[in-house]
Amino acid sequence: MDGAYASVMPANAYNWIAVWRRNFLAWRKVALASLLGNLADPITNLLGLGFGLGLIVGRVEGTSYIAFLAAGMVAISAMTSATFETLYAAFARMDAKRTWEAILFTQLTLGDIVLGELVWAASKSVLAGTAIGIVAAALGYASWSSILFAIPTIALTGLVFGSLAMVVISLSPTYDYFVFYHSLLLTPMVFLCGAVFPTSQLPESFRNFAGVLPLSHSVDLIRPMMLEHSVGDVLLHVSALFLYAVLPFFVSTLLFRRRLLR
Amino acid sequence: MNMSTVAIDLAGVKKSFGDKLIVNDLSFSVARGECFGLLGPNGAGKSTTVRMLLGMISPDAGSITILDEPVPSRARAARVRVGVVPQFDNLEPEFTVRENLLVFGRYFGMSTRKIAAVVPSLLEFARLEVKADVRVSELSGGMKRRLTLARALINDPHLLVMDEPTTGLDPHARHLIWERLRVLLARGKTILLTTHFMEEAERLCDRLCVLESGCKIAEGKPDALIDEHIGCNVIEIYGGDVHQLRELIRPYAKHIELSGETLFCYVPYPEQVRPHLSGRSDLRVLQRPPNLEDVFLRLTGREMEK
Repeated sequence: MDGAYASVMPANAYNWIAVWRRNFLAWRKVALASLLGNLADPITNLLGLGFGLGLIVGRVEGTSYIAFLAAGMVAISAMTSATFETLYAAFARMDAKRTWEAILFTQLTLGDIVLGELVWAASKSVLAGTAIGIVAAALGYASWSSILFAIPTIALTGLVFGSLAMVVISLSPTYDYFVFYHSLLLTPMVFLCGAVFPTSQLPESFRNFAGVLPLSHSVDLIRPMMLEHSVGDVLLHVSALFLYAVLPFFVSTLLFRRRLLR
Repeated sequence: MNMSTVAIDLAGVKKSFGDKLIVNDLSFSVARGECFGLLGPNGAGKSTTVRMLLGMISPDAGSITILDEPVPSRARAARVRVGVVPQFDNLEPEFTVRENLLVFGRYFGMSTRKIAAVVPSLLEFARLEVKADVRVSELSGGMKRRLTLARALINDPHLLVMDEPTTGLDPHARHLIWERLRVLLARGKTILLTTHFMEEAERLCDRLCVLESGCKIAEGKPDALIDEHIGCNVIEIYGGDVHQLRELIRPYAKHIELSGETLFCYVPYPEQVRPHLSGRSDLRVLQRPPNLEDVFLRLTGREMEK
């Protein structure tokens, strides 16, 4: 059975690129609409909440609320971009559009396909997260160089949430099941992980629970970078994100094998 | 057969899903350059056999070899030299014809330049030169199927595996596909196709095997199978009293089969029967040479669904 599991893993270090390029070609045809659609929502949130609530809230952790929120919005938009790309677009390619089926007739493996889809989802996160960062920098709430430094974390966040969403789509019979993942896991994470208000506002038990969630690790890396504070526990946060990206990748690939190759 | 001349070899292959046996002890060999047909009604196990050949699913028992590679253990290596035309269209509808070929070539590790070099000949082969920059969603069913065929050839495969290549096409589009496949056979390619069209099997296949409920019930050259199992003319009669007609024709027939409301009479000398049927305006009578449809009816007692 070991051979059967090995045969679905990525065949080499570069096969996934063909899948990424397929998605890039498809995206290029609708790039403008896709960019506007993906960016309008987080930018509206940033400006609406930042300026609106910011007036009431005043300063948070020694900075203006909108500067505090900007880093959270970068992490949230990285999370939602990769999640939605995987839940809807990758699910369609796996299921109704039979794109994955066509690819499986070539010399690519299931793992090559999943990896290509993940890197693609992370690419869309980089685009969305960086765009929010640029808006924040243009408004003077973050330095330009800090946006550059945040990009690797944004990309890793994209891999994490792409990978987690892969597990969801490998198990969901239809689109209808995604709402559970969205309502029960993603939305609570937005509020528990310090993206929109400091976790010090939470009861201690919630705070401890929130501390292990993936979005917390992203926020704890991105916010100090953007506010030009020193970043604590870098190794811990990066390793945690790394595990959240890698483990679901293997789990989802094996689940796809059960779903598609039988 | 010597292995280097064998393109496909199945020996004692079995596959069940749950407690349902889909493929039961199937064995056959396909020589290089041959066109081999898997013929049978829907649900006979054709598509499952194809998926096992490609290494998409593992057999429960038996062994499979494709182009000298054991499958599924080395299926990926085998697929480098195999082209697949699947039963269901999985082209990229929002891409142009040319982009579909480009994207698919990359899955085989081909460079953009190398793909660009082979695309013109593939477009010409598929008669899609003028459609090169048209989106797939704007193509007709026959054009889509020809593009799928061209796509399957992008890696210059030795073996083409086609699952129901002309199902759902109109007769004109179907004949064009058949003509293209004969060109490929003339170039020395090996083709394995599944079909439930007897005419397709008779026209294209050098040899075929007939499947029924996962079992092989006959194998051979189409002509030989027809000779062996039928070997005489067929008179189809529709209408009238079936019992009475049976009694009337029995003395002249090798065999009589009733399928639906049609009586199939296998008669060595049809001229002896025809006087008995002349002037019967209540009957529709058709005399014709035997075909694979008759073989299937003879072997299974039922017609293949069309």
